[in-house]
Amino acid sequence: MLKNYLKTAFKVFLRRKFFTFVSLFGICFTLTVLMVVTAFLDHLFGPLPPEVKTDRTLAVFMLHGEAHQGENFNMWTGGPSYTFLDRYVRTLPDVERVSIFTSFTTSVPAVSFNGSEKVTSHLKYTDAAFWEILEFDFLEGGPFSAQDDRDANLVAVINQSTEKRFFGDTPALGRSFELEGRWFRVVGVVADVSILRLTPFADIWLPLGTSKSKEYLHSRDFQGRFQGLILARKAEDIPLIKEEFKRRLTQVEFPDPGLTSRLSGGAETFFELVSRMLLSNGLEDSHPGILLGAISGFMVLFMFLPTLNLVNLNLSRMEERSSEIGVRKAFGASSWTLVGQFVVENVLLALVGGALGLVLASLVLPAINNSGLIPYADFRLNYRVFGYGLITAVFFGVFSGVYPAWRMSRLHPVEALKGKTS
Amino acid sequence: MIQLEGVEKVYRTDKLETVALNNINLKVENGEFISVMGPSGCGKSTLLNVMGLLDVPTGGKVSLNGAEVLSYADRQLARMRNEQIGFIFQSFHLVSDLQVKDNVEIPLLYRRGLSGKERHRLALEALERVGLSSRVHHFPSQLSGGQQQRVAIARAIVGKPRLLLADEPTGNLDSQMGGEIMKILEGLSQEGTTVVMVTHDPGLAGRTGRIVRLFDGRQVN
Repeated sequence: MLKNYLKTAFKVFLRRKFFTFVSLFGICFTLTVLMVVTAFLDHLFGPLPPEVKTDRTLAVFMLHGEAHQGENFNMWTGGPSYTFLDRYVRTLPDVERVSIFTSFTTSVPAVSFNGSEKVTSHLKYTDAAFWEILEFDFLEGGPFSAQDDRDANLVAVINQSTEKRFFGDTPALGRSFELEGRWFRVVGVVADVSILRLTPFADIWLPLGTSKSKEYLHSRDFQGRFQGLILARKAEDIPLIKEEFKRRLTQVEFPDPGLTSRLSGGAETFFELVSRMLLSNGLEDSHPGILLGAISGFMVLFMFLPTLNLVNLNLSRMEERSSEIGVRKAFGASSWTLVGQFVVENVLLALVGGALGLVLASLVLPAINNSGLIPYADFRLNYRVFGYGLITAVFFGVFSGVYPAWRMSRLHPVEALKGKTS
Repeated sequence: MIQLEGVEKVYRTDKLETVALNNINLKVENGEFISVMGPSGCGKSTLLNVMGLLDVPTGGKVSLNGAEVLSYADRQLARMRNEQIGFIFQSFHLVSDLQVKDNVEIPLLYRRGLSGKERHRLALEALERVGLSSRVHHFPSQLSGGQQQRVAIARAIVGKPRLLLADEPTGNLDSQMGGEIMKILEGLSQEGTTVVMVTHDPGLAGRTGRIVRLFDGRQVN
């Protein structure tokens, strides 16, 4: 039966070429836009190298601090300090690894000179655990060690583009480059990481011990320029870690209550952080469900107009086929069988449109990557984007096909045979 | 085979009431070949639609093989049509997008437990029965009117129904083609299929076992 439905659908599409073109164009354009948006979101939040252990990774990106002193009210929102992370995050029980490193949002690009050429690089000072939690793609060498960090050895891991800027097309491993008046030896070269992946992103990664100022080690303030990264032993531990961190926030001993006497925030995923920042300006708990709902709602709204258009096109297409509907009913098709047939036809059309949209998106995404608008962006179609695209196409097909199919299937067989449609 | 008792069909709009069938009592026995005659608009097609379970009368009883069918749900009626009734229409009503074989297979699509191979075999058998086995892969538009009607007959008989309802099957054909169609129907009747045919042609009606005449929705035998 399905084969016959598909055969009929194929023939109807070929016969009504203009209708097929208009429908496919609408579906293809809509799905291309949705797939590009999905690829963007996947690039932003999905488990991509080097952040592949997302199911058991949490981060402390931001804190919100408040202090009451007499009539004065002090309030801040920003990254946590090294002191805070060292005291309250590194000591979390039952976690596999904790890394502390400088956050991208508070870092100032460093300037170096390669001969007379000025080179600007984003730096990240990290500990050795950073390389164990994140899985960078090392093209040359490897990460620096805990020993390098302790001894403040002037070693660095650089990305591929920085290697090119400093050393041209020759390998950088073992060679040194100047950075803010000091010479660092390259111990590893990694593939570029997109600027949108805030946790791993940098051009140059240096041991935390090489940081010029050691003030961060002794700061009494809990507001700082660091980020903490937590790797749970197993995914099921994530809620417990979140809970424990929340509990610890309520039991913090504030070294300077004039600066901070109450802290809020969370150990969270990047998506949860974004939802917290967008929906409550970072003050309250995160609501990832609401953000997910809002994104899905936006996508559904975006599909709504083309879907209505397709519903209209489908109605007129089916009206032309009222005689066929009459014949099928006369020979034993029930109303539901006919609904099934027309929905299958529509889903097939949407899937073809989806496939074309996929091809178009695969052309658009490299163009965005190569435009240089987003440094090191690497939007691509992967199985997740493909999966979402497929679901969207099927949704599109079913949604735009069900109403016309239902309406036509309700036709009285005698009226349908006469070519009447209402 | 089929029995109508006191059947009425009234079409009502806000301002108008049209009586299409009025107190029709008709019993058609198994294997009988009857024709229904009468002027245009007298209710012949409505009668056929009621007998074919395509239309529901506003009054009376319709029994098919002893079962009173008016209370049946859409799905049950569809199944009865599929298994027991075949239709032949004046304007053929072939699906223009489908090849001859696919058109003939339509009733079999809605029958449970038939494989594609089996459908194909039955469709070829039906086409052979009407002398069109060489036109399997043609589209309706590539056939003459007579050939199209023969495809429509093949479609009507492919599921081996016990009742065949033909609504002016020769109405759009010349007399020679009409004669050929009539021969096929007579052959089917001789094989035991019950045939009810609406026609304007007294000559064709005269070849059937019994004539039912209608006038203004009433039986006027």
